[in-house]
Amino acid sequence: MKKTVSGWGRYPVMEAEVRELLPGSTPALPEEGVIARGLGRSYGDSALADTLYRTLPRNRMLDFDGERGELHCEAGVSFAELLRVFVPRGWFPPVTAGTKHITVGGAIASDVHGKNHHRDGCFSDYVRELTLLGPGGEIFACSREENPELFHATCGGMGLTGIILEARMRMRPIGSSKLDVMTLKAENLEEIFRLMEEYGDWPYSVAWLDCMAGGRKLGRSLLMAGRFREDGRLDYTEKAAPGIPFTLPGFLLNRGTVSAFNALYYHRVRGKRTSGIQDIHSFFYPLDIISNWNRIYGRQGFLQYQFVLPKENSYEGMKSVLEEISASGMGSFLSVLKLMGPENDNFLSFPLEGYTLALDFKVQPGLFDFLDGLDCLVADLGGRIYLTKDARMSSGIFEEGYPGLQRFREVRNSYGMAGCFESEQSRRLEI
Amino acid sequence: MHILILGGNSDIGLAIARTYAEKEGASLTLASRDTGELERNASDLSIRYGVEVDTVRFDACDFDAHRDFYKQLENRPDGVVLAFGYNGDQERAQADAEEQRTIIETNFLGAASILRVVAEDFEVRANRDGESLFIIGLSSVAGERGRKANYVYGSSKAGLSAYLSGLRQRLAPQGIQVVTVKPGYVDTKMTAGMDLPGPLVLSPDKVARKTYSAWKRGKSVTYVTWYWRVIITLVKMVPERLFKRLEI
Repeated sequence: MKKTVSGWGRYPVMEAEVRELLPGSTPALPEEGVIARGLGRSYGDSALADTLYRTLPRNRMLDFDGERGELHCEAGVSFAELLRVFVPRGWFPPVTAGTKHITVGGAIASDVHGKNHHRDGCFSDYVRELTLLGPGGEIFACSREENPELFHATCGGMGLTGIILEARMRMRPIGSSKLDVMTLKAENLEEIFRLMEEYGDWPYSVAWLDCMAGGRKLGRSLLMAGRFREDGRLDYTEKAAPGIPFTLPGFLLNRGTVSAFNALYYHRVRGKRTSGIQDIHSFFYPLDIISNWNRIYGRQGFLQYQFVLPKENSYEGMKSVLEEISASGMGSFLSVLKLMGPENDNFLSFPLEGYTLALDFKVQPGLFDFLDGLDCLVADLGGRIYLTKDARMSSGIFEEGYPGLQRFREVRNSYGMAGCFESEQSRRLEI
Repeated sequence: MHILILGGNSDIGLAIARTYAEKEGASLTLASRDTGELERNASDLSIRYGVEVDTVRFDACDFDAHRDFYKQLENRPDGVVLAFGYNGDQERAQADAEEQRTIIETNFLGAASILRVVAEDFEVRANRDGESLFIIGLSSVAGERGRKANYVYGSSKAGLSAYLSGLRQRLAPQGIQVVTVKPGYVDTKMTAGMDLPGPLVLSPDKVARKTYSAWKRGKSVTYVTWYWRVIITLVKMVPERLFKRLEI
C-alpha cells in the first residue's frame, strides 16, 4: 500500500510502499530500495525508501535469563515495552535514547547512545548476537564471533545490511525506578565544560544549553547528572501523553519565542546547585511527555543537527559553532550537550571521545546554506554528524567524518546487500 | 483461571490472551497449527505477564481429532476463546470449490466441531462442581447479511453466530456464559494488504478490551463498536429488492 511518509522531523516527505513484516513468514524482498522501519523516530531520511518494511508486528520477547539479565527478543520490541515489563523487576535498558518510542532493531541500527555514553558506551555494546534477514530471504546470525564483520556493519549500519529480526542483549540491574538528580547552573561554555568533567563519574549526565545566548553568556546551560537510587522502589506507571492536536503554524517559533523559552528554562532553576529525585520518565524521556511534539515546528518540519567533536577540539569548536548559531538567529529550541566516551568497533557508529551537541532547527529559508557552513566547521575539526538525525549533509562531509565507510561498503557488497537495502539517505550519501 | 485460546497465533486471539493474563493473571494454553509460532507467542506472554503458558497443536479442520485434542489437554480450561478463522478470497471461492470449502470448514464446521466437545465437558463440570465457565466466540459483522463482496466468509460466520446463540441458550441454565463478539474490520494478519476503510478499522487490542468488558459485565453479544452496530442495523433494514441492486 502506497503511503506518504516522513521521518520524525517531518522533512523530507515521500511516497513509499509500506509492507508489514509479519510474524512467521519470510517475505520476498524487492530487488532494490528496501529499508526496515520501526517507530519512525529517525529524524531525517534514513528510514525512507521505495519499500518500507514495518517491523512492529514482530515484537515478541522470546527468552529472559533472570540471573544474567539477558533478553532475547524480536527487533520490533519497543523501549516502552521493555520499561513496562522490566523496570518492575529491577532491570533497565543498558543504554537508552531520549525517547522510549524506538525499537530494539532501530536502537541497533542507529547504535544509539544515551546520557551514559561517557561511562557505558553504545547500545550495541550490550548486544551479544542478532539475526538479519538478507536480500534473498536468507537469515544471517551474527555476533562478535560469528560473521563479525557483518555484526560490526549492522550495529550503527542504519538498516543497510538487512532487516534486523532478533537480538540477544544484556539489561542493567537497577535498585530503584527513581534517580537522584543533581542540577547545576553554568553561566557559560567554559563553566559547563568544567562541570561536565567534574561530574563525569556520575553514570548519567546531560546539559541543556541555551544556544540563543551570546557574548559572555555564550553556552549558558543546565547540567543534569543522575544516578539510580537504591531504595528498592520499582513502581512504574506510564502516564498518558497529551498530544499536540494539530500542526502549529510555523511562525510561532521565531527568534523571540525561542529566546524567551530558553531564558525561562534556564532561569527556572534558582540555585547554583540543586538536587532532587526524579522518575525514569522525567529524567530520561522528558520530550515523550508531549506525544507528538514534532508538530510544533509547523508544516515545513524541522532538522535535527547533531555532531560530535574530538575532545582536543571540543571547547574551541563548540564555541565557534555556538557563536555562528547565536549570530545567525536560526535558533534551536533546546540544545543538548553531552560528554562521550571512546568510540567502538562498529563501522558507522556515531560516538567519538569528546563532546556532542544536538540542536533542532525549524526548516526556513537560509537554513540549508547555514548548516552547510556548520558542516565544514565540524569536518575541519575532525568531527562527524549523526546519521539518525541527518536529512541533508553532503556525501563528501559524510565520507570525511566516517573512516569506517570503506569497510562498511565492502561488507555490504560481499553479502550482496548493497543493491537491495538502501534508503533515501544512503542514496544521497552514496553509501 | 485457565484459558484455552483456539487460534493462538491470531492477532485477536493473542490480544485476548494478553488481556486475560494482565487483568486476571490467567494461565493460558495456546492452540494452533503452527507450533513454532505458538512457542514464540507463549514465551512472549509468559515473560511479559509472568503467567504459565503452554502450547498444543490444533487444526480446526481436522474434525475427527477434536475430541482427543480436548481430552488430552493438560490444563482443563475455565474459558475457551474461539479465535481462529479463515477469511479466504471471495472471488477465488466463487471459481474454486476448494477455497469455498476451506472457508466454510474452518469458520463454521471447525468451530461447531470443537465447540460441541467443549460444551459437553462444560455442561458436566458446571452441573457437578458448579464451576464458572465461559466460551467466547469471534464471529463477524459480515455474518449479519450476505453481501456479494464476501458472502462465503459471511455465511460461515452467520452459521457460527447462530450456533453460538443456540449454545448460549442451552448452557445458560448451568450458568455458563457464551459471548459472541462481532467485530468489523480489524487490523490483523488476515486483513494485511486489504484496502480497508481507514476510520472504521479497529486494532486487535481494542477488540480484546471490548471482549473482556463484555465478558466481565455478563453480556451475550458485543458489536465491539457502536458505529458498526448502527451500520449493520441500517444494512439489514434495506429491502431485498433494493439490496440486490446496491453496490455495498
